[in-house]
Amino acid sequence: MPLNIVSLVSVGRHPQSGRERRAEQDGRAVELGMNLEASQSASMTVLHAGRSVEPVLRNYAGMGLPSLEVLELSEQDDAVPSLAQYLKASDADIVLTGVRAESGESSGMVPYLLAEELGWPLVPRIADIVSINNGVAEILLALPRGQRRSLSVPLPFVASVDNAAPAPRQSAYGPGMRASIDASQVTAVTDSAREQWQEAPAKPRPKRLKVVKAKTAADRFKAATAKPQGKAGKVMKNESAQEQAQEIFNLLLEEKVIK
Amino acid sequence: MFFEWLHPVLIATALALAVIGAVRRANLWRAGQPDQVNLIAGLKAMPKRYLHDLHDVVERDKYMSKTHAATGGGFVLSALLIILVHMLDIDSKILAWALLASSALMFVGAIFVFKRRLNPPSRISKGPWMRLPKSLLAFAGSFFILTLPAAGVLPEGFLLQAGNVLLTVVLTALIIWGMGEMFFGMSWGGPMKHAFAGALHLAFHRRQERFGGGRSTGLKPVDLSVVQEFNPGTSEQQVLGVSKPKDFKWNQLLGFDACVQCGRCEAMCPAFAAGQPLNPKKLIQDMVIGLAGGDDSKYAGSPYPGKEVGNAKGGPEQVITEGLVSAETLWSCTTCRACVEECPMMIEHVDAIVDMRRFLTMEKGDTPNKGAEILDNIIATDNPNGYSPASRTNWAADQNLPLMRDVQQAEVLFWVSDGAFDMRSQRILRSFVKLLKAANVDFAVLGDEELDSGDVARRLGDDAAFQNLAKRNLETLSKYKFSKIVTTDPHAYHCLRNEYQDLGSDALNGVDVLHHTTYLNELVKQGKLKLDSFNGGTVTYHDPCYLGRYNGEYEAPRELLRSLGIQVAEMERSGFRSRCCGGGGGAPITDIPGERRIADMRMEDVNSTGAELVAVGCQQCTAMLEGVVEPRPEVKDIAEILAGQLIEEVH
Ligand code: SF4
Ligand code: SF4
Repeated sequence: MPLNIVSLVSVGRHPQSGRERRAEQDGRAVELGMNLEASQSASMTVLHAGRSVEPVLRNYAGMGLPSLEVLELSEQDDAVPSLAQYLKASDADIVLTGVRAESGESSGMVPYLLAEELGWPLVPRIADIVSINNGVAEILLALPRGQRRSLSVPLPFVASVDNAAPAPRQSAYGPGMRASIDASQVTAVTDSAREQWQEAPAKPRPKRLKVVKAKTAADRFKAATAKPQGKAGKVMKNESAQEQAQEIFNLLLEEKVIK
Repeated sequence: MFFEWLHPVLIATALALAVIGAVRRANLWRAGQPDQVNLIAGLKAMPKRYLHDLHDVVERDKYMSKTHAATGGGFVLSALLIILVHMLDIDSKILAWALLASSALMFVGAIFVFKRRLNPPSRISKGPWMRLPKSLLAFAGSFFILTLPAAGVLPEGFLLQAGNVLLTVVLTALIIWGMGEMFFGMSWGGPMKHAFAGALHLAFHRRQERFGGGRSTGLKPVDLSVVQEFNPGTSEQQVLGVSKPKDFKWNQLLGFDACVQCGRCEAMCPAFAAGQPLNPKKLIQDMVIGLAGGDDSKYAGSPYPGKEVGNAKGGPEQVITEGLVSAETLWSCTTCRACVEECPMMIEHVDAIVDMRRFLTMEKGDTPNKGAEILDNIIATDNPNGYSPASRTNWAADQNLPLMRDVQQAEVLFWVSDGAFDMRSQRILRSFVKLLKAANVDFAVLGDEELDSGDVARRLGDDAAFQNLAKRNLETLSKYKFSKIVTTDPHAYHCLRNEYQDLGSDALNGVDVLHHTTYLNELVKQGKLKLDSFNGGTVTYHDPCYLGRYNGEYEAPRELLRSLGIQVAEMERSGFRSRCCGGGGGAPITDIPGERRIADMRMEDVNSTGAELVAVGCQQCTAMLEGVVEPRPEVKDIAEILAGQLIEEVH
């Protein structure tokens, strides 16, 4: 049986112009899916929960997709229940998403909520799926500073795709316009929590200054590139949950995150 | 007697074969797409175009122009007279003497062709072309002798005398050879094809406006609606741009067939000289292979640098970039039009290249290197580097510029262009503003309402993005009143002046679109700018392609420099022969490797004049030339030079 891959795509937002665009990470999820389609002769579905008339969908299709599936939802609907319902009914083996959306809530919760609903493992921030053999995928997780961690995960699973994954291929106008966009009607659930919210432009958060006391160029280079060594940190593996929580609480107090 | 009817029959046969060949050749062209040309008007205009436009180009090489006039003129006359005298057997001494004269003229011309071919420059093709002068001599010489009896120089029936059989046989052989080349070869793909296709190409040229010096773009907007007409049921799929030779317009195919392989384009091409895999002559020859089917094993000219000849195959129904021409060849072109300017056959290389790029970008999604990123940025932020559209006017924070949005009308709309985002270009913009203010010009800018002109998107083949930008720009422009647009960017200038008019807006009706050098020259002539003379040493001037070749403005920048008392030390390649800086056509974005950088070669041209300062009229040229490692002459836009010499009146 061929492998079934579903890549979820959302409406991105350009950081400078605020204009709608193909989201960076979702584009990578499609790219990864297309590469698996070629190398594993898998079959891939690209799925969007939202409005089927959304022009940005053509940008994804321009990567060379013959068609796109859309679960027809409006602005105020919650995407997760419809997606979960669709995925349960499908025979998907791998669900790929971005780490977080560029517009809307952008909470990064969608992959977690879907994994929970489906009862599948979630693999966060992957850089690549190297191989799939006998129902087990060899995955590279993206860690900071170009580091990778190799992981074996049994199918099925949900994975969120990190910016470290290969960049999405160029989107071409012609194929994008020709692709068929197949919308299906679903029972929409209004996102009631979100209705209460007010949106405001984000303010830049203050950053902690890193004071580097290096004498030589080599030291400075190391300071700029090396993985930060958490000197004050503590690894707690065997302590009770109570103790671990207390430690986190203390740290937050110390850092003046809570008062 | 055998010989009496032999020659008329031979001539008739050759002509009949020529006609069959012509019909076959015409059918090859007709595989192309329809294009609107007025056939009758074109044919009527053809002789004039030949004598003016074509000969103006040929005239640049005096030797060749005289040679061609004698050979070509002699041939056309001879061919007509041969039909009358020898085929229809009209007995007239006058006609016979005329034929003697014309074939003698052709013979003399052919001798000069022969001499040129003794030691041919590398740019011209060898192969069958080496045989041509001999064929010309055979044709002219044999018909000269054949006509001697008819003219009464030799006794009637001289050639039929028993003692002259050998002469007659040799003569007949030469006639067959000559006619084989001149009549049969003309329509069956021999070197003489250029005369047949060339004449028709002059008549049915795709860019009719160019005759008589008209300025235009050859790039017509792509009909984007064809993607909707896609019918998955039929294999006849409409594509955007040119994928296969048959996707060209029929008159483009005809144009390719007119190539004489003179290699003048090759000699001028900056990408070829830089060792990038592009040779405009080979490209046109590959297009001929594409339209006729076959391979390039018989091509006898210079290759694409770094690529061997003999591996290219194609046909009218085969995708060009799969086996005929490699994509990097198409992406090497800077769209400088040096080839187009130099081509005696008026072939439009650049438009063909962009047509094929359109397919690669809009259908394949295969724009090399930074191409995809730049296009994404243009689409998402209306500028190629992805800056915030709201920061477009940041450069002028201290300039107090009137915005069109506030003033609604002004005499001059200053089109700032994407130079607004680049610190080096901002110096040019500021200098220009200083001059405008000094001359008390009533001007305004669009501010954040201005968008990228679409130049780069179009040259990179993304006509959808170009059209989108152009339409939105036109919409903005239509809101305000102004009588002139002035811009410091020749690329935006070309788009606004020549390309926007195809998009069905009347926002620019009655508006003069000017380059800043043209406009500043007007101001200086009107005495509105008081300028000090310049004593900064030797100055040369680099003609930007999109100002010079594309828009014919060679004089205003020079006049401006002269008005400062500068004697321009001209480079050998200046004016219409100016060598590109390497910055056009998205070439720095697609960045196809070569052996040298085009900008370095241009700086060598500058150095050979001994100039300490090179004046330019384009921010892109400034960037490219300043990118050459020091020590090198200083690079300044003319606006900067003028602003430096401005005598400011103290009030
Ligand atoms: S394209 Fe024009 S300039 Fe180039 S070789 Fe052919 S005829 Fe000559
Ligand atoms: S436009 Fe310029 S770079 Fe392109 S082929 Fe012609 S001469 Fe070469």
